[in-house]
Amino acid sequence: MSDNHNEALLVAKKITRRFGGLVANQDVCVDLIRGKVHVLLGPNGAGKSTCINMLSGDLPPSDGQILFMGKDITGLTAAQRSLVGIGRSYQRTNIFPKFTVLENVRLAAQSRNQQPWRIFSKAQEQKWALDKARACIEEAGLGKKVDWVSGVLSHGEQRQLEIAMVLATDAQVMLLDEPLAGMGSDESAKMVEVLKRLKPTRAILLVEHDMDAVFAVADTITVMVNGQVLESGPPAQIKASVAVQQAYLGSEDSFHV
Amino acid sequence: MNAQLLLKLVGLAILLCVPLTGESFYTELIAKTLVLAIFAMSLDLLVGFTGLVSFGHAAYFGVAAYAVAQLSPKYEAASLWFVMPAAVGISALVALFVGLFVLRTKGIYFIMVTLAFAQLAFFVFHDTPLGGGSDGIYLNVKPTASIAGWMPFDLDNQTHLYYFILAMLVLVYLFLGRILQSPFGRVLVGIKSNEHRMQSMGYLTFRYKLAAFALAGGLGGIAGFLYAVVFGFVTPELLSWHQSGNVLLMVILGGMGNLVGAIAGAFVFTGMQEVFGTWSKHWQLIMGGVIVAAVLFLPGGLAAIPGRIKRSLQGGGSNE
Ligand SMILES: Nc1ncnc2c1ncn2[C@@H]1O[C@H](COP(=O)(O)OP(=O)(O)O)[C@@H](O)[C@H]1O
Ligand SMILES: [Mg+2]
Repeated sequence: MSDNHNEALLVAKKITRRFGGLVANQDVCVDLIRGKVHVLLGPNGAGKSTCINMLSGDLPPSDGQILFMGKDITGLTAAQRSLVGIGRSYQRTNIFPKFTVLENVRLAAQSRNQQPWRIFSKAQEQKWALDKARACIEEAGLGKKVDWVSGVLSHGEQRQLEIAMVLATDAQVMLLDEPLAGMGSDESAKMVEVLKRLKPTRAILLVEHDMDAVFAVADTITVMVNGQVLESGPPAQIKASVAVQQAYLGSEDSFHV
Repeated sequence: MNAQLLLKLVGLAILLCVPLTGESFYTELIAKTLVLAIFAMSLDLLVGFTGLVSFGHAAYFGVAAYAVAQLSPKYEAASLWFVMPAAVGISALVALFVGLFVLRTKGIYFIMVTLAFAQLAFFVFHDTPLGGGSDGIYLNVKPTASIAGWMPFDLDNQTHLYYFILAMLVLVYLFLGRILQSPFGRVLVGIKSNEHRMQSMGYLTFRYKLAAFALAGGLGGIAGFLYAVVFGFVTPELLSWHQSGNVLLMVILGGMGNLVGAIAGAFVFTGMQEVFGTWSKHWQLIMGGVIVAAVLFLPGGLAAIPGRIKRSLQGGGSNE
């Protein structure tokens, strides 16, 4: 129906998530299009992570529908979604702390060709997975820490590791929950470059508070407040929006938009 | 040659010499310990490498033991080459079936529900015609290794049986060591570390855990098979929660996630049973105390001792 470009890969249709009485997401709609970066903005507690959790399959929506390339995937588990090409990083670092950086990313790479029945082959001899892992680690800027135990890395480095892990799964759709938080400005700038490089071939959803980074990469911005979408549109529209200004001025997390 | 390998070879050499002493009592005791060591390694695949704390592993040990007894003709020898794979296969299948249910639970529920299934199996053998009641059944004739009239070894011969068991121990050790290095094994260790993350990277972890559970059941079945052959009779006690608890203690004592540790755990456990058993009627109490102390003061189990010695020799200097 459409060519590779501007193809809507992941579409959330009015997804809602309740935690008891709390409505963490209400009728949220998001379109993730190949070649575009969609930024999700909002104060803490707005429901950004909950939205990503529903898209990634970590949380089932209470209501609504999620489509991947036109197919309903609302019922798929996180693992199944990963296999179709939806990858994510976590806001709260989620790695294998006792494994080396290389092993963390090698496992991510191995997930694309698992071969579980080859129980007499050595994982360390699967060159394709090792090469892939090393390339992704390099790309995420962690090349010097390949053989470090990941648990002892700094917070920022662990964020870089998360990115390397998503990269290694070849995800078509990348859901990145505050990937730059805790990184130094150099790393942060580097990650923005990585995002720009990835952008043409993938659909990216980015939750980020660093406005410089946001406006450097965003094609669309959706602003959430209290679980609802306040406004969604191109960066210029969001910048100019009175509603967004007011919402942020009214909250403690005021951004300098 | 590295020190670790050297240590293992020395251990193996000592084990190889045991029957040469001619001490029938000790040979049998060590043979029994080797069987338990295989059993402990099979459980360590779950507890130490996959993070699944099963409190019902004796079920697969017992099922295989009963399978030998039931599959063997009453007054003649069954073929080893039939009855051993059959017993192991049956215990793996039972584990596969049980795994379908228990692996849907986690943590403390997993512990409880594995125990519940083992108790169920216990009562199946205790109270139905499948078992011989609380007295169990005799395996009158040990299986024969004969292949078309040729007899490579004779399990009725204590020395042969001992070496057969030792060979199985080495095979199981090498087999587990090998699969733990495979992509499959790396996934199991990943599941232990962070199952949620494995799922979000596209691993259908339930299937991996099920495969591990069945595999551990089958390897536990090897131990159960050998146990039945060594002792010549099986009782429901083999499937009891004591037995499940004992093997879990061996794994913990040895240091979870270390195969040599599991073997060492089996030796220390059996050793304590022998020593304290002659001292006092309340040996289980003493042993309980020793185990609590071991867990408190040696968190990595026996497997952590070499590292500790090394570090204290180096003056405790290097930190990662
Ligand atoms: N698993 C959960 N159980 C209960 N409440 C939750 C859970 N996850 C998030 N919430 C609540 O949902 C709201 C949105 O949280 P979240 O999506 O993490 O916001 P954000 O990522 O925008 O900071 C918050 O009020 C939070 O406390
Ligand atoms: Mg969040």
